[in-house]
Amino acid sequence: MILLIIGLAAGIISGMGIGGGTVLIPALVIFFKPEQHIAQSVNLIFFIPTAVVALIIHIRNKRIDFKTAIPAIISGLAGAYLGSRLAISLQGPVLKKWFAVFLFILGCYELLRKDSNIKRGF
Amino acid sequence: MENKLSPAKRIASCIAAGLASGAANGMFGSGGGMIAVPAMVLLLKMDEHKAHATAIFIILPLTLVSTWYYMSNNYVDWSLALKVTLGGMIGGYIGAKLLERCPAKLLRRIFAAVMILAAVRMIL
Repeated sequence: MILLIIGLAAGIISGMGIGGGTVLIPALVIFFKPEQHIAQSVNLIFFIPTAVVALIIHIRNKRIDFKTAIPAIISGLAGAYLGSRLAISLQGPVLKKWFAVFLFILGCYELLRKDSNIKRGF
Repeated sequence: MENKLSPAKRIASCIAAGLASGAANGMFGSGGGMIAVPAMVLLLKMDEHKAHATAIFIILPLTLVSTWYYMSNNYVDWSLALKVTLGGMIGGYIGAKLLERCPAKLLRRIFAAVMILAAVRMIL
């Protein structure tokens, strides 16, 4: 039940465009205490169906800039490979610390980010 | 999108943004969008809505690669993931509806504070 509630809360936040994983992963880790890699993979899996649904709407509304996306995907695949390998090579508690540092930086960035960049929550 | 960047600089920015968000997504299982969206808005001067949609399009294939990597190393708990995802699908629908009537600016600040607190909690 607590898992459904954590998922529900993260879904509401990501539906509002505020960023789901950065809330989902710490919520899981703090309240449910899974191994860090497992918590991270939950968010990866969580993202897939949500993204597919969102993309159907965005493609229909012609909101995707393919000229930007294609080169970013090509380099991103290399990044995803390297990042995942690095994560797998680390022990859970070590990865958890790095994750916390990353979360702290993103949190500070979000807090200090200029309002002019924010339109209707995106 | 029109902007003043030369084609070479534009492509280089796209490549850098993709690499960074892919690496974060693989390493931390999240955060790709929080890198890709500001990168496209600030470097490429893309409209915020378009950047958000484009980020999802970029991150989906990267997430598939990372998921496959975590899976092949037995770092996936399907029962856990499916329960959370089920809640997430319902929540996503509610969130999208709420977006029409909520002050997202304020919520953004609150969640930023929550992220910082959670980070401190995880380090201690």
